Amino acid sequence: MFLAVLSGFIVACIVPLIFKLNRKVAGALLSVLPLSLFIYYLQFIPNVLAGEKIYATFYWIPFLKINLNFLIDGLNLLFALIISGIGFVVYLYASAYLAKSEKIVPFYIYISIFMASMLGVVTCDNTLALFVFWELTSISSFLLIGFNHEQERSRYAALQSLLVTAGGGLALLASVIMLGQITGTYEISQMSDSHSNIISNLLYPSILILFLIGTFTKSAQFPFHFWLPNAMEAPTPVSAYLHSATMVKAGVFLMIKFLPILGGTDLWMWLLGGFGGWTMLMASSMALKQTDLKRLLAYSTVSVLGTLTMLIGLGGEKAVSAMIVYLFAHSLYKGALFLTAGIIDHETGTRDIRNIGELRKYLPITTIIGVLAALSGMGIIPFIGFIGKEMLYEATLQSGVYSPLFITITVISAINIFAVMAYSGILPFFGEFKSPSEHVAEAPFQMTSGPVALALLGLVFGVFASSTVDGITNKSLQSIFPLASHHLALFHGFNLPLLLSLLTIAIGLVLIAKRKPLVSFIEKIRIPEYFFPSKWYDYIFNGTLDFAEIQTKFLQNGHLRYYIFTILALFILLVGGSFFGFNTSESILNSIAISIERSLNGIDIYDISMLITVLIASVFALLSQGRLSAIASMGIVGALISLIYIIYGAPDLAMTQLSIETLSVILFVLVLYKLPRFFIHSKLKTRIRDLVIALAFGSLFSMIIIFVSAYGKYDNGLSEYFAQTSYLIGHGKNIVNVILVDFRGFDTMGEITVLSIAAVGVYSLLRLRKQGEEQ
Amino acid sequence: MEFVLAIIVGILATSAFYLMLRRSLVKVILGMVFLGNAVNLTIFSVARVTKGFAAFIPENANTLEGTYADPLPQALILTAIVIGFGTQAFAIALFRKAFQKVGDDDLDKMNSTDIMCNEDIPGGK
Repeated sequence: MFLAVLSGFIVACIVPLIFKLNRKVAGALLSVLPLSLFIYYLQFIPNVLAGEKIYATFYWIPFLKINLNFLIDGLNLLFALIISGIGFVVYLYASAYLAKSEKIVPFYIYISIFMASMLGVVTCDNTLALFVFWELTSISSFLLIGFNHEQERSRYAALQSLLVTAGGGLALLASVIMLGQITGTYEISQMSDSHSNIISNLLYPSILILFLIGTFTKSAQFPFHFWLPNAMEAPTPVSAYLHSATMVKAGVFLMIKFLPILGGTDLWMWLLGGFGGWTMLMASSMALKQTDLKRLLAYSTVSVLGTLTMLIGLGGEKAVSAMIVYLFAHSLYKGALFLTAGIIDHETGTRDIRNIGELRKYLPITTIIGVLAALSGMGIIPFIGFIGKEMLYEATLQSGVYSPLFITITVISAINIFAVMAYSGILPFFGEFKSPSEHVAEAPFQMTSGPVALALLGLVFGVFASSTVDGITNKSLQSIFPLASHHLALFHGFNLPLLLSLLTIAIGLVLIAKRKPLVSFIEKIRIPEYFFPSKWYDYIFNGTLDFAEIQTKFLQNGHLRYYIFTILALFILLVGGSFFGFNTSESILNSIAISIERSLNGIDIYDISMLITVLIASVFALLSQGRLSAIASMGIVGALISLIYIIYGAPDLAMTQLSIETLSVILFVLVLYKLPRFFIHSKLKTRIRDLVIALAFGSLFSMIIIFVSAYGKYDNGLSEYFAQTSYLIGHGKNIVNVILVDFRGFDTMGEITVLSIAAVGVYSLLRLRKQGEEQ
Repeated sequence: MEFVLAIIVGILATSAFYLMLRRSLVKVILGMVFLGNAVNLTIFSVARVTKGFAAFIPENANTLEGTYADPLPQALILTAIVIGFGTQAFAIALFRKAFQKVGDDDLDKMNSTDIMCNEDIPGGK
């Protein structure tokens, strides 16, 4: 099972190789991958129908409970079959659709990564591993939406979908971690045992909301729906596959999986029912006025996703079984319709439904696909879409106190969808001939065969529902409610759902006939743009960029001294803050007294004279306007420090300091002595401000030394060790030397390395010049 | 004794900070040198200091006993002094190159990555 998921990633690596070997058959050859996966998953059907659940475990990071645990039950298998089956259709379709494109190689790479990740999402039982696959689908979707990356709009849409869905993924991660903390497991199949624990937990509302942010962003629910219509920038096979049949259903998939874990509360019902219902109604109404075939289909997809979310919110057995059948039917007909739209675009050069008509003479097979798929989507008997819609009505009618509200919006949306399906799948083929291109010819068989199969399956599964899909949908239902079962049938008798269906068809036909007045009526409705969530996205996005610009201008202002100032001011604040924060002023004053008292005992003329000289030399270095005099005072300070080292028993330091200081002065003088005197660049006020802060910095240094020497306990264990062993182990009597070359030899090696790098740097700065530049 | 050292460190650190805030690149480099000295002396003085007794093992002994200056901070500082010199030399070389290109040591004229290459710069070779 792991290998099945992994195969897509492996194939993605060898796609370029396959295309190098034989470009013509490469696409068809690659289609073998989804086909064999489809067959692989098909063979699980007998086991699943027998009620088995197949587990496979691969340890990944066991001590963090992150394992690649795969589970195949009814629902997972149904999704895996949809993904690999439609994957096959799309792989084959794309081999002709993108035949002339140079980017066909990256296309197959991205789509293979996507298919593998998507299979991971639907078969993985470990929520943390699932999250990884979940984000991988977002990333591959980003790459595929930005497929035509030379277009600004594509890049915008790709980035938008990535920010929305991957951002939602982070919320999902937070929620599954909290769930893991409460239940003690990250396995979906074990979490439902703690259902009552979870919903009574104080964290439950935040877990649920974070979880829903993750699934709503993925499944394009209001207010995150806007990315999906924009994602239509992707090539049509991608839209058919990712943005209608599979990826956008990942959110719905996860919600249904988590129904036994997080569901069954009022909050669940209202959040899912409310947002799902509103998304369904809003998107189906917005779909009506679209003129671009793909956007038309995209809005209807958003609406269907809303319907599915609403059904999960209602949450009963009826609702879940309706949701499963409706979802299955949708994957079939919407995939076929998208591919039809792709054929129309490919052959006529436009997707604008105002510019096409009567294409049936030129695209006979495509006409059949479009009409069959649209009829299923419209919910006409005997297609599977009809069964789905009947079950939807039935479930909504039985949803309890609020069923009048839910059934009203459901019927209105169904009427809208009825019309939209006809606009996209039927109208382009009839009426008066219109096409931007004169020579319209039927698409090659790679592009038509798959959609034909999808469209025909919609009919076959409708007519023979009880003998074909009934088994797997029942098992899918039992993944959620182990004891439930349903019976799929075309005809349930004369009841309210049937009546509502007839009503839907009647009003839907009116909408089809009156498309033009309807569209102009909808377009008259003006809604201020700040009500649109897509505008909120723009505000947040641009706001973030503006903020980044402001703070970059502030922090990275291009003035070195402000950087130094920021760093040192922060140092004063943190060190000084904790120093004065953790110690009482009494103890600080006391430490000064102790320190002075101690020093008075041992103080001599050297100390005093050094202090005075350092003071004078420093002040001179600060005030001097001549470069050479400033350097000279720096040299004096350096020499004095080596004097300190001599007095306090550090002859090695004194020698090093003195020689280094001499070298420095020579270097400075060599480089600087031709330069003019210093200018005074800054104003007096600035200099006074700098001096005050510098004094604070210096006093802090002094205070810390005083305090440490008064109270600090110095652990000299290491030094004693060196004193004892320097000669016996290191064979040297100068302990400092032995430490440098023996005990801490590696430090010295690092030091030498730094010096060599500096030397190379200095050499290249001084000697190397551009060609032709004079020495 | 520590008190005197503490005051010296304070003076050096004050000068260092003040110099590093100047617009002249030479002064900033001088400030770096001062800061290096201040930090070295800080390490030196927060370990205990003793006058006069260097950490040498006497001629006729195998170990060092009694009072002696702590060798460990000395070893650390020695490394620091040498590395400080390396960076300082690099900074001076960098300054020289920058001065040739920009013709000034004013840092406010160096805050763009696109510097005009002027061959007739006073002070440049």
